[in-house]
Amino acid sequence: MTQTATLSRKNIIGMENLTSEDIEIILDTADSFKEISTRAIKKVPTLRGRTIINLFFEPSTRTRTSFEIAGKRLSADVINISGSASSTVKGESLIDTARNLEAMNPDILVIRHNCSGAPALISQFINCPVINAGDGAHEHPSQSLLDLLTIREHKGTLKGLKVAIVGDITHSRVARSNIRAMQTMGMEVKVVGPPTLIPVGIEELGVEVCYDIGEGIRDADVIMVLRIQLERQNQGLLSSLREYSNYFCLTEKHLSNVSNDTLIIHPGPVNRGIEIALDVMEGPRSLILDQVTNGVAVRMALFYLLLGESDANPN
Amino acid sequence: MRTLIKNGHLIDPANKRNGNFDLLLSEGKVEAVEPKGKIKEAPGLELIDAKGLVVTPGFCDMHVHFREPGHEYKETIETGSQSAAAGGFTTVAVMPNTSPVNDNRSITELILSQAQQTAIVNILPIGAITKGLKGETLSDMGELKEAGCIGYSDDGRPVSDSEIMRRALEYSKMFDLPCIQHSEVLELTRGGSMNEGVVSTELGLKGMPTEAEDIMVHRDICLLPKTGGKLHVAHISSGGSVDLVRQAKAKGLPVTCEVAPHHFILTDEACRGYDTNAKMSPPLRTNSDLEMIKEGMKDGTIDIIATDHAPHDLVDKQVEFSKACFGIVGLETALPLTLKMVDEKVISLERAIEMLTSQPNKIFGLDKGSLEVGRVADIAIFDENKKYSIDPSKFKSRSKNSPFKDWKVRGKILRTLVNGKTVYKSH
Repeated sequence: MTQTATLSRKNIIGMENLTSEDIEIILDTADSFKEISTRAIKKVPTLRGRTIINLFFEPSTRTRTSFEIAGKRLSADVINISGSASSTVKGESLIDTARNLEAMNPDILVIRHNCSGAPALISQFINCPVINAGDGAHEHPSQSLLDLLTIREHKGTLKGLKVAIVGDITHSRVARSNIRAMQTMGMEVKVVGPPTLIPVGIEELGVEVCYDIGEGIRDADVIMVLRIQLERQNQGLLSSLREYSNYFCLTEKHLSNVSNDTLIIHPGPVNRGIEIALDVMEGPRSLILDQVTNGVAVRMALFYLLLGESDANPN
Repeated sequence: MRTLIKNGHLIDPANKRNGNFDLLLSEGKVEAVEPKGKIKEAPGLELIDAKGLVVTPGFCDMHVHFREPGHEYKETIETGSQSAAAGGFTTVAVMPNTSPVNDNRSITELILSQAQQTAIVNILPIGAITKGLKGETLSDMGELKEAGCIGYSDDGRPVSDSEIMRRALEYSKMFDLPCIQHSEVLELTRGGSMNEGVVSTELGLKGMPTEAEDIMVHRDICLLPKTGGKLHVAHISSGGSVDLVRQAKAKGLPVTCEVAPHHFILTDEACRGYDTNAKMSPPLRTNSDLEMIKEGMKDGTIDIIATDHAPHDLVDKQVEFSKACFGIVGLETALPLTLKMVDEKVISLERAIEMLTSQPNKIFGLDKGSLEVGRVADIAIFDENKKYSIDPSKFKSRSKNSPFKDWKVRGKILRTLVNGKTVYKSH
């Protein structure tokens, strides 16, 4: 990695704010960090003495653990706070919670929140760098970065690739982050799902909309399947999960019409058999677990780049 | 005490005056209106030199929230009235969504008594259409009118039940007061915090579609012919609703409507960056709505300008967008924002003043908004050419929530008189 590489931003709020250079730097850095996780002693001293706080107001296994492991592999001290255990349940405002945490001098605050815009709000009131670990239906930048890293590893490049995002686009921060990031990287995005789960005006973002999964994935280099949340049924957005599956579950049958090189990714957690068939999920084109592995590397890269290349070379 | 306001440019649409007139005030009333120079200066006469300034009847805002009783940390009748005076408003109608709700005589009397003791402008209470704003049973509309209410509204909430709305329009006819509807089909806006469109999609916020407004405006208009009630559509924001009101007026139905300055100035683009000062109900719409609203202002479909003054403390605004309260301080920015419509040639200055003075008084059957001899001397004096930038920290309102911070505008209220007495003077 180049020693001079720095990001244009001090906070990672969304892919909307990152340039293609930023994204390249993060992916290259993540690439170089991957090897650390394959060692027997999976730890480098790079961020020794640094403090990272994970403030999670929503349940999360994958993302929270991934951020925690990423910090620990760089020797940072990582503190996890969950929303239900924080003072917000006592009525403290989000800004006050963030300011109080900042008063303990952390080096990075990672936040996951169910309200769109919460990390942006916090970043206006504290000086410590903020990483958005997912806010409402807005953005989930580290997920998008690990998706891009996974795709780049397998395709060699990002520019010119065609991606179909299948599922609940309306409620998906992963879809929004990826639409922005992929367009920044010169990729073409199509969204596929029932009209009730395609948000108003998405075409104006330069995205093609398709209601037929077969047609939607036909020329895709990458198929990104999104989790369908069970509660959408009760909101009148789905007639039933059964019918959703009939029309949008990605099966081997659909894949028989697409290239063998087409990649399949999913941000997890997966509802097996609802949005993706079991054999597809475990089939050769599926990179779902590679994504999780890359997630650690991407988050290590974000920590490293935001805290500067202070005192140690990761290698 | 007699006061002479001389050398000013008087715009008094109720009396079709628009020119250089001097005003003599006495005992809180207008004693004489004469062409410039005709009224002789005499010893003991208070002189107000309005050279280069515009003199108009005091503005009248039929839609404000003064939060008292119940949420005095946001605004009180006292601070709200000071905010009004600073904006040139001499009469304001306060919405009943206080705590407790103004749905009975005792609350109306409390509001009027507080106004008597603390307010520097005229406070007119609006009574609830339904008890507790619950939309279930009609409030005692007769008692509310007797106590001093000048209209009925469940503002903040719509009257969702069509039968209740039908009965409200029927029953209110007996008291000859309008029902003011906050038009919103709640099933379509559930959980929403801004206009539904490409911006809400980008921000990942649940949207509130314009249809939610249009459907209820249409429903209420459908209820008019048989009920014979008077409908006033509050804070119209969607282009479709403007069309519906225009069509209803063409049929001669008794419908009127108001627009808030933010709905003819801002679009949902203002919500970017999650600025909670751009969170309104109804939400800021799109450019095409803005154009249709301006068309409605131009052709008279939109009758009046009302601010929907909705002060909120930082604790209610400096939070996650979806958790923030709706609304902004409106009274102190109404004039300069309205003058932008004059600059854009949407309306003339005279029409702007009409929408702020005589029109609201006509719709609500009030005796203000006119500077004819014998009328109450409620007056606004402003410098229409004074340029400045808006500084919410200087608002008289107890709250400072405004999306217009640092906007460069023209038009500044220099003096406001109520009953012939100066209640506000700009430094």
